[in-house]
Amino acid sequence: MTTAPFLLLVAAGSCAAGAVGALTGMGGGIILVPMLVLVFHVEMHYAAGASLIAVIATSSGAAAAYLSEGYTNLRLGMFLQLPCIAGGIGGALLAAVVPVPALFMVFGLVLLFSGYLSFRRKEESERDRPSDRLALRLGLESSYPVLGGWRRYRVYRVIPSFLLMSVAGVLSGLLGIGSGAVNVLAMDQVMRLPYKVSTTTSNFMIGITAAASAGVYLNDGFIDPGLTLPVMLGVFGGAVVGAKVLMFVNAKPLRVLFSAIVLLMALEMIYKGATR
Amino acid sequence: MTLVMRRMEKLIGMVLLVGVLASAVTVLAGGSIFLWRHGSDVVHYRIFRGEPSDLRSLAGIWDDMKRGSGRGLIQLGLIFLVAVQLIRVALTGLLFLLSRDKSFVIITALVLGLLTYALFFAGRG
Repeated sequence: MTTAPFLLLVAAGSCAAGAVGALTGMGGGIILVPMLVLVFHVEMHYAAGASLIAVIATSSGAAAAYLSEGYTNLRLGMFLQLPCIAGGIGGALLAAVVPVPALFMVFGLVLLFSGYLSFRRKEESERDRPSDRLALRLGLESSYPVLGGWRRYRVYRVIPSFLLMSVAGVLSGLLGIGSGAVNVLAMDQVMRLPYKVSTTTSNFMIGITAAASAGVYLNDGFIDPGLTLPVMLGVFGGAVVGAKVLMFVNAKPLRVLFSAIVLLMALEMIYKGATR
Repeated sequence: MTLVMRRMEKLIGMVLLVGVLASAVTVLAGGSIFLWRHGSDVVHYRIFRGEPSDLRSLAGIWDDMKRGSGRGLIQLGLIFLVAVQLIRVALTGLLFLLSRDKSFVIITALVLGLLTYALFFAGRG
């Protein structure tokens, strides 16, 4: 294929990935990497590099919209950013030495896991228990906008989430995905935050984590301008649309849609990794 | 949530938006030059070769851009995007500083330090 049609097709695909990424707080990378690898036959390292750029663009674009809506918990985000960014640097350094079939397998497993989690979750609550002592000391509790006012929420299991975030960071740097899935897992399932608070706070964080990994990737020569161009512009466009739509949609059909896409791609990535 | 916090959040949101737009415009400009010159080249992403050394560092990207290279300009837009992340962490730190939130000033400073390290020193180069 020549450059011009290739750019157009990749930009269109990136736009779709950006919209889904913003809607689910996953940052688009988790869909973008398999799309580039499986559909456009881009080598894994280039795909991961392009995806990181996309993650930064989505996160910035969507965070700009969310911050003014009041969902994002900045204190919590910055606190969890610490292990996440450290992991992000480590993962990016690892990406240069881990063999490609292994990257495929890990990616497939991460995808499967994300799909499973977003499908399984129920809206049960344990919110009558008081928050963790550490959460109170750090002032991590906050409130988020609901119809006709603000609702307070509590924060549980701070330490396990903190540890889980370093894993999220490593995966982000290793695979170029932004690790939104693990972020949301930690905040939504472990800390028991409201879903929209989890996704928006995750969105705020992944751009910063991805920027750290992108610095390492740039030095290692993984970031190609010919891919950055369509991916960044496409994803940014998609993310703006996705972030606006989030205000009006119900979270449940989103999870189902996301799980279905992710499951398909997971199987294909694992298959590719195994047959190389 | 205090008024200062709300205002700072709005400011960070604005910075993000402006930064992303500036970056997108730069990438678009670089992309136009790139397409003009290489639009009918065949794409070559199946095998990993690594980028040439001029596209890997700030100094190299800057030199490319001065020569009017489309690729250099695209990479510059990318650098903008990454720089915006640095600014947003710094602004969040300022927010905590303004609300006299000592432990969060320290946490944010650590995050900023790690990010700076990754951008300028990590990787094989």
